[in-house]
Amino acid sequence: MSGRQRNWEALSFQIVMTAIAVLALILIVSPSLVVVIVSFTSGFSLKFPPQGYSTRWYVELWNAWQLQFAARNSVVVAMSSTALSIVLGVAAALAISRSKALTAKLLDSLFMSPLVLPALAFGLAALMFFSLIGLPISLLTLVIGHTIVCVPYVVRNTVAALAQLEPTLLESSAILGASRLYTFRRIVLPLIRPGIISGAFIAFMSSFDNVPVSLFLRDAATDMLPIRMWQDLEGKLDVTIAALSSVLIIGTVALMAIMERTTGLSKRLTG
Amino acid sequence: MKSATTASATAPGDVTSFSLGLALPLGVVFAIFFVLPLAQLFYLSLHNDTAATVWGLGQYIKFLSDPFSLAVLGSTLLLGAEVTLACLVLGYPIAWLYQRSGSRVQTLIIMIVLLPLLTSVVVRTFAWIVILGRQGIINSVLQSLGLIGTPLRMIYTQGGLIAALAQVQMPLMVLPLITAIGRIDPNLADASASLGAGSWRTFVKVMLPLSMPGIIAGCTLTYAAAITAFITQSLVGGGQMLFMPMYLYQQASTLQNWPFAAAISIIFLFAVLAIVALFSMLGRRARGYGDAR
Repeated sequence: MSGRQRNWEALSFQIVMTAIAVLALILIVSPSLVVVIVSFTSGFSLKFPPQGYSTRWYVELWNAWQLQFAARNSVVVAMSSTALSIVLGVAAALAISRSKALTAKLLDSLFMSPLVLPALAFGLAALMFFSLIGLPISLLTLVIGHTIVCVPYVVRNTVAALAQLEPTLLESSAILGASRLYTFRRIVLPLIRPGIISGAFIAFMSSFDNVPVSLFLRDAATDMLPIRMWQDLEGKLDVTIAALSSVLIIGTVALMAIMERTTGLSKRLTG
Repeated sequence: MKSATTASATAPGDVTSFSLGLALPLGVVFAIFFVLPLAQLFYLSLHNDTAATVWGLGQYIKFLSDPFSLAVLGSTLLLGAEVTLACLVLGYPIAWLYQRSGSRVQTLIIMIVLLPLLTSVVVRTFAWIVILGRQGIINSVLQSLGLIGTPLRMIYTQGGLIAALAQVQMPLMVLPLITAIGRIDPNLADASASLGAGSWRTFVKVMLPLSMPGIIAGCTLTYAAAITAFITQSLVGGGQMLFMPMYLYQQASTLQNWPFAAAISIIFLFAVLAIVALFSMLGRRARGYGDAR
């Protein structure tokens, strides 16, 4: 192969790979941009590009009490199940991360299994279970269901953070006379905190966005935002949903920026 | 020195590990609210009547002997494969580009990839309705270019659904790929080049095999997510295409046929587990291959 052919060959590879990558990145971003633009339409349809621009659908959102009610419920459930996930998940992560026992490995697989199992099957199972034990559907049952599917994120991120913790630090602390609790508070916790926070962040977002569990465990009195939006969209294409979507997108971007600043989320998720 | 600390890790009074008992609370919660419900689901699926009094495999026989149900299962599994393939083809170059970029571009790429992962799935699906709809962006562009007279029907089609699902699940493919490609020793590509292999050949013979663990992990996550993506399937797929999640939901919610819905769940669950097991078997082989370097 001559030098010139070689260059052409290398160049063709780079051009093709870069072109696909850029195209794919545009494909990932454009839907969100389209929603934000459409939400400022002055018309009644989701025509893109809009004929005129206004903020009328955001004003409309202010009066959409059903969506607001569902949003409040979703926030309450997401915050409660995230809090529960942190308490239960961090304790479990401490127990299994440094243990080589078979029990620890089995527990690890158990705690991770909600991530792979079809959550819809768990949602149905939970509904049948709660009706069997006579626990009526409420925000409590939603919190329990959401905790099961969100706690794996906290466990996984905390285990990852603990894996990077130098055991010698714990030994040094013990040698210097610190109690285990003191070592945990002053050495372990500060070092694994970013891991816990990013796990909790993902748990919160996935609870807020949960469909398969909420689908079975909510009713009219405990409406959840994603389900409300889905049912609205099944009926008619309402531009109010575009305004709400755009609020959610901008809120997510803001939260992501904060998380990136405080915990270095992106480095954490790519290992 | 390192081995000295690990050797002491099993000694009593060891300060570097924590008591297994700390896992007890979560273990109990999982036993009651995760294992028990799934066990009950399985128990219920083994009954022939809706009141769950007569034992039998009737629900499974009903599903497995019904061409309609089997077609739903088949099209769900096929949909997952198509979406996974689309994600892999589009996602691999992103991961490749990430590894060659400076840290600013890297952060930008990660943010772009993470954004859809963290935005609500209803919002993302809604975006596709806007894009693919009769008055959507694609139809507007094609019409203004004079390429089409009447709007194309893209929503409620298999192609539209695959595009939407691929976009929605792409992050699950890209993140493990970035990790895997980052672990490949860059000297290997240089070695391949200096031995006379071109870029394409190096890519196929060196990069792809060495990133196999990431490919497998990404495919597993994408596949499992794509076949259970209830909202996207129902809103972009529409009423004409029925997939397992909606089938299950209809049987449970509208028809109140709980034993049959339970059987559908169990069959779906095992289908997913079988595919995850298949992928992880491939993954173990690939890891052996990767470690041999």
